[in-house]
Amino acid sequence: MRRTAPYLLALPGVLWLAAFFIVPIVMTLSVSLQTGNVEQGFQFTWHFANYSDAMRLYHVQFVRSIVYGLIVTGVTFLLAYPMAYWIAFHGGRRKTVYLFLILLPFFVSFVIRTVAWQFILSDNGILLGPLKNLHLLGQDFHVLATSSAVVGGLTYNYLPFMVLPLFVSLERIDPTLVEAANDLYASRIRAFLRVVFPLSIPGVFAGVLLTFVPVAADYISASILGGTSTTMIGNVIQTLYLTNNDYPLASALSFILMAVLTAGVLVYARVLGTQRVYEVASG
Amino acid sequence: MSGAATVTRPGAQPPARAEPRRRPAGRWIAVALGAYTWLMIFYLTAPILVMIAFGFNDTHSRVNLRWQGFTVKWYGKLFDIPDLSAALRNSLLIALFTAVISTVLGTMVGLSLGRYRFRGLAALDLLMFANIAAPELVLGAALLTLFITVQFQRGFLTILVAHVMFTIAYVAVTVRARLAGFDRTLEEAAQDLGADPWATFRKITLPLIFPGILAGALLSFALSIDDFVITNFNSGQTQTFPIWVFGATRVGVPPQVNVMGTLIFLGGVGLAVGNAIAARRRALE
Repeated sequence: MRRTAPYLLALPGVLWLAAFFIVPIVMTLSVSLQTGNVEQGFQFTWHFANYSDAMRLYHVQFVRSIVYGLIVTGVTFLLAYPMAYWIAFHGGRRKTVYLFLILLPFFVSFVIRTVAWQFILSDNGILLGPLKNLHLLGQDFHVLATSSAVVGGLTYNYLPFMVLPLFVSLERIDPTLVEAANDLYASRIRAFLRVVFPLSIPGVFAGVLLTFVPVAADYISASILGGTSTTMIGNVIQTLYLTNNDYPLASALSFILMAVLTAGVLVYARVLGTQRVYEVASG
Repeated sequence: MSGAATVTRPGAQPPARAEPRRRPAGRWIAVALGAYTWLMIFYLTAPILVMIAFGFNDTHSRVNLRWQGFTVKWYGKLFDIPDLSAALRNSLLIALFTAVISTVLGTMVGLSLGRYRFRGLAALDLLMFANIAAPELVLGAALLTLFITVQFQRGFLTILVAHVMFTIAYVAVTVRARLAGFDRTLEEAAQDLGADPWATFRKITLPLIFPGILAGALLSFALSIDDFVITNFNSGQTQTFPIWVFGATRVGVPPQVNVMGTLIFLGGVGLAVGNAIAARRRALE
């Protein structure tokens, strides 16, 4: 009984994930090598050309998604680190209050948050309208449909994902270590660079992981805040699946995306060990 | 400041050297960082304030873009758009069913991960990690491939299946975290006193891990009600609240959406604050 208990406990959940997570991903791989169309059906033909077609047609959007991912990850890191640092070392008894305030956006639907930004940034809206009336901005100045709007929206939506793991890793640092560094005549900057920052690296890695992967695969922000020149790979995959019904090409594209992101994650895990990323990521 | 400072007068501050230096940054740096943090908190909450405010906007058309005076009429007309109301109802039902199914399955996986050493533990751990780390886009698109291949009609049921699929691992991780500091001798004591395994679980294990289970249930409910990406791939003609709002962005989002967003926000915040107060009270007892 004791021997089988862990397997029996895990079985229903594992079966669910096998059927609706593992099998679908294997199936995506299979469909990505098929040819055909919706009317006549699809046949498995080892059609590797789907992969070269996917990259030939959509490498622009693919590269754009990776670039947006890198920019947003960099910006959220720069914005988040000082906050996480202050809350961890100077938050006192109100640490949980600050964290709660940072998590408030999660109580509003992702789509509504992005719609709110569309509203704030609209051409004659509450932000740009007054500035235009004061002639601080030209009448044809706009933010929506530019890459700044998309990057800005993504930065907003994923900022808390960066703050939390940074906070967790900074909070674990014993302040006496910094005292020791100061006693040994290290300047504040030197103590930060040589003691605090290295100890917060697991949080940095987890934050980068939690931000980069979903940002690169996001398409809500590009749909609502962007235009035709800011289309991301997620928009392409969604259109191929739901509008064009070109399942082989869509599967090839999402498999490439998954492979690239998984490779990134594995490199991370290799550098750091899954357990530690996992610990920090899950609090 | 040099010689006189060493003479301690009544009520004077003790010399600065004697103060414990707990805070690594200097005072002015700390003040600046504090101000910066509050500015960022404002940035994070600004869209929420806009959403709440424009639920009170006295607009006359469906387009809710310019401030036209204060009104509470949208709270009375909350369910005037039948499609939107149906979408909200779907979202709430799916989130509820998801929370129930994922909490049961996820808690079992979490117990397995947190309480036993067995062959396959690392693989199970990796499965949970992969499920959480995989981008929603990939999860949603892959599941759609399955439903297309087996020609299963997409709708309410496929959304529910999808939501359970991406929330089980979150519950499992939450329950496992709760088991981390679990004292196994309590269970052994119960069994020494003649309790069978089921009674031990019900009377000892369950009450101890209950906060973890509750957190997992709330988390899966919240993830489900907010999900757009995975739902969009697997919803067919069925609409949920985020799907409806996304569709409405092209023609203008009506104020009812602001009101529903506000009510969901207040409900969530209320629940979280209530939970935190209850936890603090338990900790004090």
